[in-house]
Order: sequence, then structure tokens, then C-alpha cells
Amino acid sequence: MLVSVYRYNPETDLKPYMQEVEIELPEGKDLMVLDVLQLVKNEDPSVAYRRSCREGVCGSDGMNINGVNGLACITPVSSVIKNNKLTLRPLPGLPVIRDLVVDMGAFYKQYEKIKPYLQNDEPAPAIERLQSPEERAKLDGLYECILCACCSTNCPSFWWNPDKFVGPAGLLQAYRFLADSRDTHTDERLADLEDPFSVFRCRGIMNCVAVCPKGLNPTRAIGHIRSMLMERAT
Amino acid sequence: MVTNVTSFGRSGLYDWVVQRISAVILLIYILFLAYIFISRPDMQYQEWRALFANNAIRIFSLVALLSLCAHAWIGMWTIATDYLTPKMLGASANKVRFGFELLCLLILFVYFVWGVQILWSI
Repeated sequence: MLVSVYRYNPETDLKPYMQEVEIELPEGKDLMVLDVLQLVKNEDPSVAYRRSCREGVCGSDGMNINGVNGLACITPVSSVIKNNKLTLRPLPGLPVIRDLVVDMGAFYKQYEKIKPYLQNDEPAPAIERLQSPEERAKLDGLYECILCACCSTNCPSFWWNPDKFVGPAGLLQAYRFLADSRDTHTDERLADLEDPFSVFRCRGIMNCVAVCPKGLNPTRAIGHIRSMLMERAT
Repeated sequence: MVTNVTSFGRSGLYDWVVQRISAVILLIYILFLAYIFISRPDMQYQEWRALFANNAIRIFSLVALLSLCAHAWIGMWTIATDYLTPKMLGASANKVRFGFELLCLLILFVYFVWGVQILWSI
């Protein structure tokens, strides 16, 4: 199988280039893309990429695999391969540090902006803040995000305005805290999102939903935020 | 909170609501015009003129014209803030965008005044 890997070392290369490596796949096994990358690294140890848990939990190895963002560790080669060729590029829209490693600074900054932690002004109870099973169920489909950035880097609105538009990953988490019955800062959170960019730059094209490796739906969460903003203002 | 002085209502929610309501009004107006054309295939100038001499139709057309201007402004502003940015054009981007927005406003204003003039000259 031919593997084409995006290579760029800003210290030595004037511009990025694609390196092609021929890889012999073991018979009778469907490898994950991350395993193939390891085989590439055996051939050329200078290839740089992030990886950690290798089972879709840490979110380190988000990359563009044959044109589609995904986690290399849980993407079987058989599901993406075209014409016996695998093309690996870094996540689009973020500055490349080296090869497949991108600078996630802009992404984390937007995440920080939505205050991704519980805020509650009431005195803490003796043991814990209780929720009913129904209140807890509202957080399903929201808390599972692993911040791999596959969604936000697949969103044109985030490409054009990464400093102003929160992006699908950040907005999914914004709604996770808006929906939490234990959070008392709902009004302040909504006030911070009402401007023309933070939420409303979303045009609902659902690129985020198409690539989320955890099967989450940021577009639906954004719709809920819009409804909450609308209710607050009318 | 991201602020921007040139957006329609300076609030994303306000712009979003105006965009949706104006879209519905334009859809109803287009369906109305389509109905007129389809139901009267051999319509003559006199009949067309009589239709727009009706004050209700004039007001409906004016609402559609206003909706079109608001809708177009929000859309053009969004396009300008997506593509005419320092990230895409460098240091001069803000001047280019401001010029583009002024041009859009001017065109929309001229269309609006011209439209009112046409509607009330019948």
C-alpha cells in the first residue's frame, strides 16, 4: 500500500511536501491508520505525529485521513482506503508545528472562553449537589467530547474566524454547562454568546457532525443554545 | 463576547432573527408573484398596473423590499467578515472590508429608494 504523508519541518523546509512510502501490510489483518503510521515511522523515524492512548480516548491523533478528519487509532484502514493509497495530512486550519503535529492554541483558547467548569454561587451542601436522573440525562451526548479538534478543524467558519467563532467543540461544551442543573451562571454564559460571532457564525452545515469520532452532534447543541438565547431575549 | 460595530443589530441573535423572518417574508412574496404569473398566463400591462395600484399590494411589496435589503445586508456583512479579514488579505483588510460594506450599503439604499419611487409612481 502507498502511504502519502504530509511533511513539513519549518526549520529545514521552505514549504510542505508529500512524502510517499510503500508499506507492506500484514495478511489477514485490518490495521488501524495509527498502526500504519507506526510502520511509516519504522521506515523513516523523522515523521512526527501525536499519539497516546491508541484507543480513541485521549484525542491526540486527530488528523486528516484521505480527506476526512478522524482519529488515526480507531479508523480502520479498510474504511478509508482509496485505490490502495492512504493520504495523511494534519488537521486543516491550524498552524503546523511539524509534519502531522498542529498548534492547538487557537482551539484551546476558544474552549477556555466558554468557561468549561461548573459555576455555582449557592453554598456547597455537606456531601454533594444532587441531580435527578432526568437532569443528569440532559448531559448525555455532551460530556463525552474528548477535544480531539476533528470537528472544529472541519468547520469553514472556524477556518475563517478561529479567533472569534467558538467552534463546534467549544459550543458543545458551552451547552454542556448551560444544560447542567447545578450551574447557576446560565445568564452570564448566554450573555457572553449573544454577539454576531461566538455562536451565530455557525451556518448549520453539519461538517462537525459528519466527522465526530465519538458520534456527537454539536449542531444540535448549537440549536439548543440559539433557542435558549431566543427565550432569554423574548 | 466579540463586538463588531458594523453588523446589522450589533447582536448575533437580532441579526439571526431578522435573517429568518425576512427569509419567510421573501418566500411568501415570491410565491405570491409566482401565483399571479401562473394564474394569469395572458396578463397585459393594464392588468399588471392595476394590481400594483392596489395599496395593499404596494405595502406588501414595500415589506418585501425592506426584507430584501435587511437580508442582503446581513448576508453581505457575513461574507465580508468571513473573507475580507487580516488573515486573508493582510494589514489593509479592515479598510478593504469597510469600503466593501459601504458600497453594499449604498447599493441597497439606492435600490430601496428606487423601489419606493417605482411603487408609488403607479
